[in-house]
Amino acid sequence: MLKDLFPKKRRYATVAPHPGARDKVPEGLIEKCKRCGQILLGKELEKHLKTCPHCGYHFTLTAPERIQITLDEGTFEEFDADLTPGDPLLFPDYPSRVAKAQEATGLKEGVVTGRGTICGNPVVVGVMDSRFIMGSMGSVVGEKLVRAVEAAVGAGLPVVFFTVSGGARMQEGIFSLMQMAKISTALARLSEAGLLYIAVLTNPTTGGVTASFAMQGDIHLAEPGATIGFAGRRIIEPLIRQKLPDEFQTAEFVLEHGMLDQVVHRKDMRALLATVLSLHPQGGETVGCRTAL
Amino acid sequence: MAVELPFEKPLIELRLKIEELKRFTEEKGIDMSVEVATLEAKARVLAESIYRDLTPWQKVQIARHPERPTTLDYIRGMCDDFVELHGDRCFREDAAIIGGIARFDGYPITVVGTQKGRDTKENIFRNFGMAHPEGYRKALRLMKQAEKFGRPILTFIDTAGAYPGAGAEERGQGEAIARNLVDMAGLRAPIVCIVTGEGGSGGALGLGIGDRLLMLEHAYYSVIAPESAAALLWKDASQGQRAANAMSITAQDLSRFGIVDEVLPEPFGGAHRDPAAMIRTVKAAVSVVLAELMAIPPANLPILRYDKYRRMGVVMGGAIDRRPADDSEDGGGLPGAELEPEVQDSRH
Repeated sequence: MLKDLFPKKRRYATVAPHPGARDKVPEGLIEKCKRCGQILLGKELEKHLKTCPHCGYHFTLTAPERIQITLDEGTFEEFDADLTPGDPLLFPDYPSRVAKAQEATGLKEGVVTGRGTICGNPVVVGVMDSRFIMGSMGSVVGEKLVRAVEAAVGAGLPVVFFTVSGGARMQEGIFSLMQMAKISTALARLSEAGLLYIAVLTNPTTGGVTASFAMQGDIHLAEPGATIGFAGRRIIEPLIRQKLPDEFQTAEFVLEHGMLDQVVHRKDMRALLATVLSLHPQGGETVGCRTAL
Repeated sequence: MAVELPFEKPLIELRLKIEELKRFTEEKGIDMSVEVATLEAKARVLAESIYRDLTPWQKVQIARHPERPTTLDYIRGMCDDFVELHGDRCFREDAAIIGGIARFDGYPITVVGTQKGRDTKENIFRNFGMAHPEGYRKALRLMKQAEKFGRPILTFIDTAGAYPGAGAEERGQGEAIARNLVDMAGLRAPIVCIVTGEGGSGGALGLGIGDRLLMLEHAYYSVIAPESAAALLWKDASQGQRAANAMSITAQDLSRFGIVDEVLPEPFGGAHRDPAAMIRTVKAAVSVVLAELMAIPPANLPILRYDKYRRMGVVMGGAIDRRPADDSEDGGGLPGAELEPEVQDSRH
């Protein structure tokens, strides 16, 4: 190559990093913002409820983290923590994927349900966890959510579901699809009982979850920038043979098209939920609310 | 000339050979009747072996056959006085879903269903039977009308899925389907759903919440199209065959799982071989099921529907291990699924 004949003059000595150096940063100490690229200290990120203080990017929360920042401390009572998926289709590799997800998350399935209070307002919650096979919905996710709704109907409590999901879980086939139907019939009963259901859509909420309980709320809230849609961009773009704008299927886009009530920053979500709950008959009295920041 | 499927090729070739021999006999006056008879017997055995043990992928091909009877064929063949009703009253008419009122067994019913075309021109008009949100909203409008006027509802499902387009997303494809699920769950009118061909995911389910689910023998119903599953699993959409086999999507699978209530036998070789017979079979089955459902007080239907869907799913651990096979025996009663006493009383 001609280029090799004229070596670039190095103005500085270069030092290659020690091969193991990268691994020496303890996990969670620093994190790079996925949108603006700023390096954030773990502690700083924690203080901002895992949102970027520079650009407002919302990092994904695990179900336990979400419960911790949403419910009053020490009030959460979990339901059905021991339910675990079967393998009804004997689908290739499914049990090992489940085992891996269980090990990585410490959860038995991709949703945590239970009851607690938000600023003193009693509520039944269901929180999905995207680390568990992309937050996909199989029989156990459906069953746990339905049992949570049944508990709410029994106790006359409102329901808040936090969604994050790639959709119905392929490995459980038709059973996953039928969970959409099952949860819908349960939410119809909740509605019939005159109880409030709030869906909080977080990044990403797509496929069968969007086409069922994420869009069946009395009130739909979403976190800023969350991807919300039915069919994914990767399916639509080749079909229409053009690139979709960046804002397509963001929470703000979906709000503009009339499918959401509000897009709410994570730091304001708890207080807003408390206010909305307190405005409904079963919400009880709001007993003061700690602001997140 | 009928459209032939790849796996039917050996049979087609054999039949051509028989024709040829017959012509030979006629033209040349040489008696080949023994050979013809032998080959005809062979053809019968071959046809038997091909159609008796269709693989899931072959069933998918039959379910997609361009000459398979469409929703309009069933409506016209089963009902009198069909009056088509258009529009969702919000945005526009969607030709991928048709609906209206008609007379069945002498009483008025509401019919809705996805509609595919027979040729390219018709398919473009029908958007290949893939509905936009306005289609689902039109269907719901008509079903609510059925509830108001005390008519039972019949839905025909034959769609690859809800249309995945930019406009569909903007107008809330997810919301439209979600609304149908929750509102159909609560309708105080009998609903019978029939998967006649393709039961493609959420787009099928959007017309598929009901008191009875019937499925034609070679229809399929799946959480995701086999090709899409293959693209996700093995990054190769051409592995649809492999995915179809792995995903348990046939009417027989769904019947075994207790998800489908009745599998309706198709004419030998598929519904397209004898559409009139197929329509008669569907009509007879619907007639029985509707009579059963119309005897139930409408207010009880949502409660029974709740019980039906409540049982679906396979869950391990907790109080009870549940497998689909258990359902038929113990009725699948989970502690959490028990009805409120006052609700149960209203059934009687």
